[in-house]
Amino acid sequence: MELLANILISAMIAATPLLIAATGELVAERSGVLNLGVEGMMIVGAIAGFSTVVATKSAMLALAAAIASGAVMAALFGVLALTLRANQVASGLALTMFGLGLSALWGQSYSGLSAPAFPRLFVPGLTDIPFLGKLLFGQDGLIYVSLAMLAAVAWVLDRTRLGLIVRAIGENHDAAHAIGYPVVAYRYLALVFGGGMAGLGGAYLSLVQTPLWVERMTAGRGWIALALVVFAAWRPWRVLLGAYLFGGITILQLHSQALGVKIDAQLLAMLPYLATIIVLVIISRDAMRVRLTAPQCLGKPFHAAA
Amino acid sequence: MRASRLGKRVAASAVAGLLALVGPGAHVGPAAVAQTKPKVSFVYVGPIGDHGWSYQHHQGLQAIKAAFGDKIDTNYVENVPEGPDAERVIDQLAASGSSIIFTTSFGFMNPTIKVAARYPNVKFEHATGFKQAPNVATYNARFYEGRHVIGLIAGKMTKTNTIGYIASFPIPEVVMGINSAYLAAKSVNPNIKFKIVWVSTWFDPGKETDAAKALVDQGADILMQHTDSPAAMKFAEEKGIYAFGQASDMAPFGPNAQLTSIVDNWNPYYLKRVGALLDGTWKTSDTWDGIKEGTVTLAPWSRKLPADVVKLAETARDSIAAGTLHPFTGPINKQDGSPWLKEGEKAPDKDLLSMNFYVAGIEGSLPK
Amino acid sequence: MLRLEPRREPSGPMFYVAPLLAIGMTLVAGIVLFAALDKPPLTAMQLIFIAPLTSLRGVAELLVKGTPLILIAIGLAISFRGGIWNIGAEGQYAIGALAGGAVALAVYPATGWWLLPLMSCAGIAGGAAWAAIPALLRTRFNANEILVSLMLVYVAVLLLSSLVHGPLRDPEGLNFPESRLFQTSLPILIEGTRAHVGFLVALAAVLLAWVLLERHALGFKVKVLGQAPRAARYAGFSDKGLIWFCFLLSGGCAGLAGLFEAAGPVGQLVPALPSGYGFTAIVVAFLGRLNPIGILLAGLVLALTYIGGETAQIAMSLPSATTAVFQGMFLFFLLAADVLVNYRARWIARRSPAADPHAVSGAAIGTVQRLPTP
Repeated sequence: MELLANILISAMIAATPLLIAATGELVAERSGVLNLGVEGMMIVGAIAGFSTVVATKSAMLALAAAIASGAVMAALFGVLALTLRANQVASGLALTMFGLGLSALWGQSYSGLSAPAFPRLFVPGLTDIPFLGKLLFGQDGLIYVSLAMLAAVAWVLDRTRLGLIVRAIGENHDAAHAIGYPVVAYRYLALVFGGGMAGLGGAYLSLVQTPLWVERMTAGRGWIALALVVFAAWRPWRVLLGAYLFGGITILQLHSQALGVKIDAQLLAMLPYLATIIVLVIISRDAMRVRLTAPQCLGKPFHAAA
Repeated sequence: MRASRLGKRVAASAVAGLLALVGPGAHVGPAAVAQTKPKVSFVYVGPIGDHGWSYQHHQGLQAIKAAFGDKIDTNYVENVPEGPDAERVIDQLAASGSSIIFTTSFGFMNPTIKVAARYPNVKFEHATGFKQAPNVATYNARFYEGRHVIGLIAGKMTKTNTIGYIASFPIPEVVMGINSAYLAAKSVNPNIKFKIVWVSTWFDPGKETDAAKALVDQGADILMQHTDSPAAMKFAEEKGIYAFGQASDMAPFGPNAQLTSIVDNWNPYYLKRVGALLDGTWKTSDTWDGIKEGTVTLAPWSRKLPADVVKLAETARDSIAAGTLHPFTGPINKQDGSPWLKEGEKAPDKDLLSMNFYVAGIEGSLPK
Repeated sequence: MLRLEPRREPSGPMFYVAPLLAIGMTLVAGIVLFAALDKPPLTAMQLIFIAPLTSLRGVAELLVKGTPLILIAIGLAISFRGGIWNIGAEGQYAIGALAGGAVALAVYPATGWWLLPLMSCAGIAGGAAWAAIPALLRTRFNANEILVSLMLVYVAVLLLSSLVHGPLRDPEGLNFPESRLFQTSLPILIEGTRAHVGFLVALAAVLLAWVLLERHALGFKVKVLGQAPRAARYAGFSDKGLIWFCFLLSGGCAGLAGLFEAAGPVGQLVPALPSGYGFTAIVVAFLGRLNPIGILLAGLVLALTYIGGETAQIAMSLPSATTAVFQGMFLFFLLAADVLVNYRARWIARRSPAADPHAVSGAAIGTVQRLPTP
């Protein structure tokens, strides 16, 4: 029982950076912007958060710095892809390249330093409940934030006017423009939100999961976050499913090794990727429903036509 | 057609800019570098800031600079992937006037050999490989000697009799380390159990932490690692358990957690080899140094170690240095029960360097 | 204020001026970057952009580095033109190398004129087979190809690593994770360098792709599928057939590129064989505007920044991060300058943007030169 609770907690921790970054990217993509630079924004968020916590000892300031730096990276992408209408796929990849380099330069004097442990929630009475206590009430604050953000994004997208506009712009920017919505401005907004979330996701790695800075520490998680948005068919709650599925299987395969399962470790390491594909295949079989979910204007440049 | 005239103007100014650049910098081309002093070059597989493998080699470069100062030039290239790019980087170093090139990862072996054939006057030193040439020497460290010492400590210090081992890839060096630590731990604690998780990466702090967690959740109270980042040490610190550092002294990441660290200290070897280069006595060789030569060292003992454990560890360390103790001394059987070493027999280096089996008592399986 | 207006036709001159402008801006930004890092900026620029081109060795290395980028990008460009998002070329590259390499290891030590063609066929087949998985899942189960092809990259890399650690490892290699050296290797183009015939194959691919896209009905169908999928269906083109075509073609190209790396510069199978070409090739495809000739140039230019970056690292003791930052900036400028091909920047009197639906806000175009009105 204790082991199960621990496995679930580890899975949540492994999933959270993916969840945060994917939630942000989902918003950007729903507005029609395909930013493949998630990895670059995450790694810059990771070093921004880490360098700030080292300098100020404040976890809150560190998170703010991470969010801000991710947002600035996203804005840079926006200048290219939205204002100058450069190709989004290539701009995103360039942003990743740039982010990996920038973070390494920035982090040169920070490797070898340690950050203070990130505060964990502790609710007297509740956290002590066996099994559920630690799982529900004993995690680091960002896990709750990640879930709250996901709920907020789901609510805003589905139930508010703002969400309606963002979706409308993603589905048909020409029509949205004709009605009078400033397409580019809303896309900047969604993009910068996505960048801020990616920065936060990166900071989760460097502040919470492994409170230290090492070059390339995101190790491809930005790409997984991107894939999860597709996995989710651009629907917020499915991002949760995807992130926890991926994180859960990653942890399970490590546990199965420690239990002595006799399967080649490198084959076991493939499982999270294969499982994601298989589940996607299962939930995608209904052709019509899937086609309707991808934002129709995703990745397409917008220029106002007469 | 105004746009096209403008285009020409822009193009012309860009060309002028380029030409301006050719002028002042043209004499700096790598082919034209004037050779006055011998140049010592390093090729690293990771970033010098990894606090592990590449970091320790870079410490060696610093030691060379400090020792030889003005007599030599140095340079390095970091983050060189072991794939198709390696040969180009090594070749470029050789072409640009390096006198000796240290290629510090196993995957650089064949590229080093190929480039060395093209530059017979340049000396090459390849870490952890097994192919030599008249101008290619190889060197490695007997890390398993350090693993023996930490195995003893772990066997004494564990309360749950379970050691968690975070491993990278099943190559002989890693397998050798697991076997060495296990045999040592078993010798002082017959109930010891090793839980081994292969993370299939040398470097992914997040995954290394996840592996550490999985091991601790399954009862391990001491962590060993054969991956490069300090993530597991950091996790042990947070969890309040013990761990052993890898490659460098990881105490900054786990001041309370680290019992000791196996530190790769390449400095003595590098100083010796560059010295030989300078006085003209450099010859190809195959070096496998260990505790005795100071290539494998142990970070200062944790204050948490009781005196008897420190004594045990120091005795083992000193006996290994003196040559009276070999971590692989028979009788040792393989995992499948077949005999490997007879009573009193010491493992030949050849067996160690190609080790692809667990010794008896370890659970789990290795790829065949 | 500065505004962007769409051109009716892509600008001919700008087609060539834009990249030059980008290079100019990169030089300026690079000078600022290196000056800020306290390194001689002009020397750095010279080392990155010019030094590699001044020696035969440098040019040969350029071809070596450019070959896989061009070959993969050609396949991807056709795929992207068709609106098929194969972003898993890295995995197809790995499996191509694995399949082709396995053939050589299987017949070892037998060799002959037939071996390289056989390995190449196996490489193409391997890459195409790996690409067939997303194609199948997309056409049969409607699973999004972006996710499937991307996830399969990780699976392919682990599969290669696993096999090289196990059954394919060199029996005389002390159990280290690498295969034997192949008994054959790609013929060298320029004696004394590493430039190999793979580059000629890449050139041929450029030519074939151009013919396909510009002169062949199949290329037309692919383009229609990409631009107007509904029209394509209406016209009776089989979209499933085209999806298969795009995947098998791009996978085959990536697989062949992988085999060329394994059988050329590397000469064996190693776990580190996939080193990011599959992803960089996506950038190359778009930098080349999905046009075969453009891809040839873009591939060589990007290869130059890699090799020049290394040259600068070596000569100036720069951290590798500097090269990555510089490369990122260079790509930004190249991509940004392309705006001038399809848009005209105009300086006009300040008006409320809301009052003018024809104009797009372009307030952020600080770096673009002010151009005169026609």
